[in-house]
Amino acid sequence: MTLSAERPHEVEKESFVPPASNAVSRRRGGGWLSQHVGTAIVAGFLGYLLGHWLGNYISSGYPVVTNTGQNSIADLMALIFMVVGWLAGIGALNYPLAKLVGREAKDDVELTGWSKYFRFNLDHKVVGLQYVLGVLLFLFTGGLLAMAIRTELLNPTTHVFSADTYIKIVSEHGTIMMMMASSVVIGPLGNYFVPLMIGARRMAFPRIEAFSLWVFLAGYMVIFSALPFGGFPTGWTGYAPLQTQAGPGMVSYLFGFFVIGLGMMAAGFNLAATIINYRAPGMTWSRVPVFVWSILATAALLTLATPVLVAGGLFGLLDKTVQTAFYVTEHGGSSYLWQNLFWFFGHPEVYIMALPGFGIVGEIIPVFCRKPLFAYRIAAAGMIGVALLSFFVWQHHLFQSGIDPDMRPLFMLTTELISIPTGFIFLVGMGTLYRAKIRFEVPMLFCMAVYFNFLIGGVSGVFLSDVPVNVTVHGGFFVLSHFHYTIMGGLIFAFMAGLYFWLPKMTGRVMNKRLGLWHFWTMFVFFNLTFFPMFIIGLLGQPRRVFTYAKNLQTLNDFSSISAFLLGASFLIFFANLMWSQFINPKKSPANPWESLGLEWQTATPIPPHNFDRIPVIMTDPYHYSEAGAPALADFGDDDFVHTSSGSTTSGDGSA
Amino acid sequence: MAEENSTDTDSHFRRITIIWLVLSVVLDLLYWFLVGPHVPPGRMTSTARADQFDFNVLFVVALPVLIGIWEFMLYSVFTWRSKRAGVPEPVGGPTAAGNKRAEVSWIVITSVVVLLLAAFGTVSVITGKGSGGGEVPNPLWSPSGSVKAETAALAGTGTWAPNTNAVLPVQVIGQQWKWTYRYPTFGGFESSQLILPDNTNIEFNVTSLDVIHSFWAYQLEVKADANPEENNVAFTKTEQLGSFVVRCSELCGIWHGAMFNYGKVVSQTAFMTWATQTEAANATNTEDLPIFAWTYVPDANGAAGGYYPDGKLTPYSSDEVYGSKQPGS
Amino acid sequence: MSMGGRLAGVLGLFLVAVGLVVWGVATLITPGVSGGLVNFTHTQAAGQPVNLTVETVGSIGYGAHPTWVSYLTKDPHTGKYVHETSWELPANTVVDMTVYQYDSGSPLRNQQWGQVEGTIGDDATLNGKDFTTYDSNTGTGVGHTFAIPALNLIVPLVGVGGNNICGMAPCLPSAFPHNTETFSFKTPGPGTYNWQCFVPCALGYLFGNGGAMSTQGYMGGELEVVS
Repeated sequence: MTLSAERPHEVEKESFVPPASNAVSRRRGGGWLSQHVGTAIVAGFLGYLLGHWLGNYISSGYPVVTNTGQNSIADLMALIFMVVGWLAGIGALNYPLAKLVGREAKDDVELTGWSKYFRFNLDHKVVGLQYVLGVLLFLFTGGLLAMAIRTELLNPTTHVFSADTYIKIVSEHGTIMMMMASSVVIGPLGNYFVPLMIGARRMAFPRIEAFSLWVFLAGYMVIFSALPFGGFPTGWTGYAPLQTQAGPGMVSYLFGFFVIGLGMMAAGFNLAATIINYRAPGMTWSRVPVFVWSILATAALLTLATPVLVAGGLFGLLDKTVQTAFYVTEHGGSSYLWQNLFWFFGHPEVYIMALPGFGIVGEIIPVFCRKPLFAYRIAAAGMIGVALLSFFVWQHHLFQSGIDPDMRPLFMLTTELISIPTGFIFLVGMGTLYRAKIRFEVPMLFCMAVYFNFLIGGVSGVFLSDVPVNVTVHGGFFVLSHFHYTIMGGLIFAFMAGLYFWLPKMTGRVMNKRLGLWHFWTMFVFFNLTFFPMFIIGLLGQPRRVFTYAKNLQTLNDFSSISAFLLGASFLIFFANLMWSQFINPKKSPANPWESLGLEWQTATPIPPHNFDRIPVIMTDPYHYSEAGAPALADFGDDDFVHTSSGSTTSGDGSA
Repeated sequence: MAEENSTDTDSHFRRITIIWLVLSVVLDLLYWFLVGPHVPPGRMTSTARADQFDFNVLFVVALPVLIGIWEFMLYSVFTWRSKRAGVPEPVGGPTAAGNKRAEVSWIVITSVVVLLLAAFGTVSVITGKGSGGGEVPNPLWSPSGSVKAETAALAGTGTWAPNTNAVLPVQVIGQQWKWTYRYPTFGGFESSQLILPDNTNIEFNVTSLDVIHSFWAYQLEVKADANPEENNVAFTKTEQLGSFVVRCSELCGIWHGAMFNYGKVVSQTAFMTWATQTEAANATNTEDLPIFAWTYVPDANGAAGGYYPDGKLTPYSSDEVYGSKQPGS
Repeated sequence: MSMGGRLAGVLGLFLVAVGLVVWGVATLITPGVSGGLVNFTHTQAAGQPVNLTVETVGSIGYGAHPTWVSYLTKDPHTGKYVHETSWELPANTVVDMTVYQYDSGSPLRNQQWGQVEGTIGDDATLNGKDFTTYDSNTGTGVGHTFAIPALNLIVPLVGVGGNNICGMAPCLPSAFPHNTETFSFKTPGPGTYNWQCFVPCALGYLFGNGGAMSTQGYMGGELEVVS
């Protein structure tokens, strides 16, 4: 039983007056003429035109521009002005600009109604839902391109797309998906639930939180602009000097990662600051939910690794626009420099995409096992361990590149060491399952699938880390399958688990279970049928990103392609479910449909803008499903405690 | 109650362990003897054979891990599924929130396995002479004779003949979008065919004229990135006759997918015949090639001027850089 | 709003959104130059050699990228030069190829491309004279190559000298200096093969291999070989 279920009306009655210094969910204006996504689009478009004109004005006479008929400086200026225009149009710059000229920002009015989702909103709950839409946009575009890739690979020699178009599709797919995946959990669920889980009324820096969202959306436009610019031929890894040689689409790639990088740093540092400073009284480090631990580890990686990517992208942009030679060996640069910079970011990035998934699973499994999280400290230690070690492994991407051979055993060792803390996550999961009473609701099924898929992904990672085996599988479909198993099989499945689990709290509406089951089973089965054959395809010698392959591999490739189309269709089931359950035929959710003990479920429904009327005092960790007479999770400061111990949840006829 | 619980716990654990043990042993043996010998990339060279062994060892270690977790998950799905509708009773007991013995043994076992694998990998790399992967010239573990062969090749005095056990240096040049091969021990002729003698230590010197490529001779189990102005060396020893495919495994632009060709391992005498014939047939062209070197520095501007404004109209002339004639071989 | 209304609304919005993204992606990933094939399969009696005439020009002068270097194909039915580089050819048939080379030349990055390979007789003719290898470091250098990597076919196309370089396609054999090269090769079995140029001739791109060299329809294309 929860607070909201018990006393919903009293919560409504109490009105909360935030202190004047708190910038909670308020902004100027509210009518159609004030700033919203429409003005942002207009301002972005005007910025694009202005920047393009300016760039052409500056650099139209140079030989490179005349000879190629393409002006990278104009393209870059256009994109920069577009992003600035977009941010100004949405209103992200109002406050800093007002402060800059020495004025007080105007008093904000709290926004209401559905239009608040289309504005620069400081409420972390609104930003979380905005992020859901943004992430789904990325996912849909990237997924569509994946379908195009699999269409081309239906036949080894007959081509649907021309060679340059195919490379363009592959590169765009990879980049969009990587950008999406680095924000898919921390954006929507991290922003939404971290303050709720640690008992805070808001994020530490609400303007930075909103800024990270709108920059993330600007990143979508920048990376999408690669297509009208003619695409880029380098894949998501953007290896130089091919990068330096490519056409203007490359500018979109480099600047896209630059922009997304700014958003990632902002989001990460804001989350870290929030988790460290905004925990409610009593929320000691040993009581922090495991999801928050995972977000903290991820935030550390975002804050520390992303600057390297941003710097690397900046070098690339300089090479492409003003003809410096950071990456061109002949002129004093090095083709290894980008590889090192990129992977120094890129490998922590892999864990940016894995850790939040671990956190979600660790958070959800105890709820459906009715058991405490097994070895909570080891779960936290595993996440911190993975985060730390991830900075010391990047050269395993360069095993065959001609690095100093003496370094290879070292990086083989560090890479294999990382499987120890990753193994902790499995210990925690399996330990929690042991002798549990498991309810197989949709979120739980997705969590089980995460363990199933990530096991394959992780074990194949050990193969890749072994130098001799790496010679066989590096640069082939084996790698491709490996990281799809970890990112899609791990992170995206965990994201789905999180959505099915938390949407009832976010929107107050439950997802349809029957459609959810259809979604789960089709996604799980066809995911494995799509990607498992790719391990074999890779072992049989098919390199990545090719449009022709050996004729004897056609059967396997066709099998994989057809499964991929069905996997794509399973996302349509998800989308149908989302629309049906949330908009078309909404069913009101019980306050705590899964009977979770998490603090986020103890708030009123719908959650008031300030989250908690009184900051709760945390009494224990949120996994006390077992102990009879365990202390209540939190003291909300009212006359009666919220009893979340087993004693009050044994009625056995909950709303599962 | 606690007593009963723990025996019950132990019986679950014992059952899981026994099933795991049986499955692991049976499947590992089946894999090792039925699948293992056929695992790519086959046994055409020493590195292919060694790396296949490595893959199989890893698989035999990995299989019990996969079986263990999957079996445990399946077992829990069927055994510990909540039978009735609604929210089940919570599960208590002293080991619900953690079990020192289980935790410690998990950590110890995974650590030992991981460290053993790292040690095994290190030994394999060293005994496998780099396992066919690209590395700098003359690493600590380069095969005997390779340093001598390299020095001779660079001086233009290298020779190779059948039954001499000499190392054969072959230069692999990646360019957008084709591989070419130079044979420094045969006057430095260049060819778009890769023919190799059987039962010979081969030393691939891989370099690029433009962007990064990756030389992947699949059946030979050689993979080395081709970087501009870098000599990336990979060693292997041919052990079987046959043909093999060479692909580019690092995205290098529009025709990356079409950047492949087929090579052949032939007998030593057949190779000698082919090499001397091709050397003679290509003699005119070989004279126009730059002197054999580990790397080449064509101008980044390309043939017709361009990206970097250094003002040269004909930016790259091999004559200018290397002199006009090949040295006598 | 009623449930039916919401259903219709969501479906409508969904279709509009999907349509927009699909349309955007689909139009943007189709190449700028039409991927049309020039058909050579019925230009001659069965078993007879196919005549294929192409020309190279230093800058195409029109279209999306007027400054780019390009190949043009002589359409066997109309006799006009068209901006297409993909050809449909019969399998196992001799192709007699004529190339009019209008572009200037330079030394090759890899002189190996100066050697004729893979043609019938491993040779070609340059303005009527037979040759097997051409030293690109002398004379007017090499302007382009015609190469089909899968067949190991490479023919260097010798560059032209002088200032009077043709700058606008099509360059008919008139006042402009040009080299005429001929050679023959036999098409393989059915399948798709690509051909390309190996001279880094794309002005303004690093290593000369971006732009026209990396876009189908300019300095490379496909052979659609059908039985």
